[in-house]
Amino acid sequence: MFVSAFCGVLCGAFLVVMLFLLRLITVLRTGAECKPAKKGSVCVLIVAGSGGHTTEVIRLMGSLSQSYTPRHYVIADTDKMSEEKIRTFEASKEKSSTQAQFTIHRIPRSREVRQSWSSSVLSTLYAQLYSLPLVFRLRPDMVLCNGPGTCIPLCTAGLLLGILGLKRVLLVYVESICRVESLSLSGKILYHFADYFFVQWKPLQAKYPKSIYIGRIV
Amino acid sequence: MKTVFVTVGTTCFDDLIVSLTSDEVIQALIQRGYTDLVLQVGRGSNIPDAHSCPGLRLEVFRFKESIAENIQSADVVISHAGAGSCLEVLGTGKPLLVVINDKLMDNHQLELAKQLQADGHLLYCTCSTLAETLRNMDLSTLLPFQRGQPENFAQFMDKAVGFV
Repeated sequence: MFVSAFCGVLCGAFLVVMLFLLRLITVLRTGAECKPAKKGSVCVLIVAGSGGHTTEVIRLMGSLSQSYTPRHYVIADTDKMSEEKIRTFEASKEKSSTQAQFTIHRIPRSREVRQSWSSSVLSTLYAQLYSLPLVFRLRPDMVLCNGPGTCIPLCTAGLLLGILGLKRVLLVYVESICRVESLSLSGKILYHFADYFFVQWKPLQAKYPKSIYIGRIV
Repeated sequence: MKTVFVTVGTTCFDDLIVSLTSDEVIQALIQRGYTDLVLQVGRGSNIPDAHSCPGLRLEVFRFKESIAENIQSADVVISHAGAGSCLEVLGTGKPLLVVINDKLMDNHQLELAKQLQADGHLLYCTCSTLAETLRNMDLSTLLPFQRGQPENFAQFMDKAVGFV
């Protein structure tokens, strides 16, 4: 009796995992068909890391038209400088448009520079707890990030929306300009999951053939 | 007046400040005709006093809201390898010498400096080769650096999400 119940649970768990993986594969394959602009505007979740990452991601956002709206910025809660940079940028954007829409959200930092692997896993899980409800509430059409550790839990949440069939979220990753020969840790992970993965140096594109190289873009 | 501006960004890079104020480097700078040395020392613990560089006018500060003016008025900029600092200086067209902090583990910023030197946009060295580099460098061979083009990214994304 006990043994058969155990087998039942095991089979159930196996089925759920298989279903999950099947959905994951399906979702990963449908990136090119996903055209959120058909409804008129594209809601973007922007992962601003800290320092140089924020500067780069703001340069990318500066090039996108006002049709990319609303814009939701997520910053790590230990980051002091990014909020100021974002507000300055959005204020300059507002001049050219009547209805600028943006919000800023904070989540726990998933990894400090040079933090060890094992403790990074724990702090990323902690950041995941905050990222899930945030991303499920905002339901962005796309997530834009360029490398800070904070992008992992947010992209995971975006991917989960797709797996559960709630919303296909496009993951757009732009590797930081300082990466010439090797990807960052976030890049190595998201290379397998991002719908559009940009690198800014040719040697890196040669190593990662699935990546997109259209020159330096920040 | 010929000015050298040194920036370490938000880091501390005491070794660079020590090297710069060493007799050998000061002599090299004077020989090259430099008259003024401006040091931005960030979080460093070494703050040289005004008399530590005989023959050069010295100005030292930790941080400023913006160092754009210092870069503008300099004849050459010596910087740590931070991507932000490097790109800011290259954007202004000023000659740039990057000094690598070889005490940093897993120093991926070296990648960027190496590539930019290979492309002829800057020179790089370490603290121990700084004096020699200053003596031998030829800044006139450096090539201008084109800024990145985010508009290409925008064009790509417009197509990808279906705006065009």
